[in-house]
Amino acid sequence: MATDTAAAQSKQDPGYSRFTPFFFLAPAVLTLFAIGIYPTVFALATSFRRYNITRRADQLDGFPFTGLDNYLSVIKDESFWSSFALTGKFYLIVVPIQIAFGVMIALMLHRPGLSLLRTVTRVSLVIPLATTYAVVGLIGRLIFNRDFGVANQFLSWVGISSSDWLGNPTGAFIAIIVMDIWQWTPFVTLVFLAGLSMVPVEIEEAARLETKSHWAMLRYVQLPYMMPGLTAILILRSADVLKLFDMVFVMTRGGPGSATDLISIYVQRVGFKVFDLGVASAQSILLLIITIILSRLYIKLFYREVA
Amino acid sequence: MVVSRLQWSAHFIGLLIVLCVALFPFLWMVASSFKEQTDLLASPPVWFFMPTLANYEELFADQKIITAVLNSLIVASSTTVLSVVLGTPAAFALARYEFRGKSDLWFWFISNRMISPIVLALPVYIIAKQIGLLNSHLALILIYLTFNLPIVVWICTDQFRGIPADIEQAARLDGASQFDIFLRIYLPLGISGVAVSAIFAFIFSWNELLYGLVLITSQDLKTAPVVATNFMSGYELPWGKIMATGTIIVLPVIIFALLVSRHMIRGLTMGATK
Repeated sequence: MATDTAAAQSKQDPGYSRFTPFFFLAPAVLTLFAIGIYPTVFALATSFRRYNITRRADQLDGFPFTGLDNYLSVIKDESFWSSFALTGKFYLIVVPIQIAFGVMIALMLHRPGLSLLRTVTRVSLVIPLATTYAVVGLIGRLIFNRDFGVANQFLSWVGISSSDWLGNPTGAFIAIIVMDIWQWTPFVTLVFLAGLSMVPVEIEEAARLETKSHWAMLRYVQLPYMMPGLTAILILRSADVLKLFDMVFVMTRGGPGSATDLISIYVQRVGFKVFDLGVASAQSILLLIITIILSRLYIKLFYREVA
Repeated sequence: MVVSRLQWSAHFIGLLIVLCVALFPFLWMVASSFKEQTDLLASPPVWFFMPTLANYEELFADQKIITAVLNSLIVASSTTVLSVVLGTPAAFALARYEFRGKSDLWFWFISNRMISPIVLALPVYIIAKQIGLLNSHLALILIYLTFNLPIVVWICTDQFRGIPADIEQAARLDGASQFDIFLRIYLPLGISGVAVSAIFAFIFSWNELLYGLVLITSQDLKTAPVVATNFMSGYELPWGKIMATGTIIVLPVIIFALLVSRHMIRGLTMGATK
């Protein structure tokens, strides 16, 4: 009897008021709001003003409102679009390679046999992922050094003469591509591996009895389980390539010339070297819009059954 | 039989290549940190050499680097503690309560994973300058919350959701408040998730470069990645010392990362893959 009423009571009365969730959430939400939203609003407001803090005229005019002028100048700015295009090119080169390697490595890690070596290899993949991005840049500077870099030594073994990687535009672009592939292929691999491990063992074994063809196995049994991972990779990698700053900044600072001037390097330079806040804010807002679209897409695809 | 033997060898060699490539750049850095300057500048590079501790001796004699590592330690641990303190109650609310706007809030937390720090760098710099937070660790600690809080909230919500609701019924009958339930039931039972999220927060803050570069200009307050990149100017680069510094910076993160290696992907994808 007593338990009955208790059970009934707890059904009616959830044990908390409507405001209870608010008290638990408030600290985190208010903090994130204050730190994240305030600068965003600030950037939005600045993006509509003529706001170069090194130009005295702007200051005397009280940073006048200029409507969409900054956005127009960003849209007309060829360097902005060429660094945007370069970022796209970087993505289009790096990601397919990472996916190809990732699928191969994931299949090797998933294949039965050699369990010790498989475990050691899987664990070793964490090392590129965790290495401080700036330090990846330092390692890149050493490996691709013209005089004593080990990259040139490797190439000399296969008969290719040495070159000044970071000193010429193509070489520098290749160098940052190689370092990004080293650092992020493990991520792609582990996402695919997670997908592969979802294949029910019985189905995989039954399929092994049916066919000897690895291709059929991959195509009809394993690939369907890797597909959701692929979408996650495409979206997350694009967000991460838009973010990519540390490694490139340390290795090349965007040079030589503008050969490795990815979007975040470019925006950083406009903001902190030229100090044209109006234009830099307009660029930031445009980037933010792209990011929001990406994350909406990600959420729509992966969290369909709402939290 | 021959075919399977061949397959076995291919599998073995393939894995071995992956292992070597994954480890090589890291090991090359560590090896270089034990080389003398003449070995470092040898062309072609030498693979076998007399190891020396000179670079590390020089490094530990350099107050600048010790200070930088301590600064990184202060910033990364403070922001980690703060994001756990602020994030776990929020995760508890998201895991336990139904309320309006819950999913929007949840998505807002996740969206923060995507945002490029460069978007906020300039406005944050201006604001920090106006309110006098430039050149203070507090500015870094607070700004790092923008990516640490979401990760803590995400991982802990996931963890707390796995705790069966009937465990708390008994406590409620004993008259425990909601806060008691959070503190005495959810936090201890979900401690493994809390630990994993804390390690992630630490790794991300320890590795961060951009804000450290922008918000701190005073030499005494700079974080380790910033100091390491500062070596990269000048004519004759002290490669041995640079690589020793790199090793010192990376070592703690790698140890932490190996501890959470099973959760690495969950953390990096915000759970899109289990």
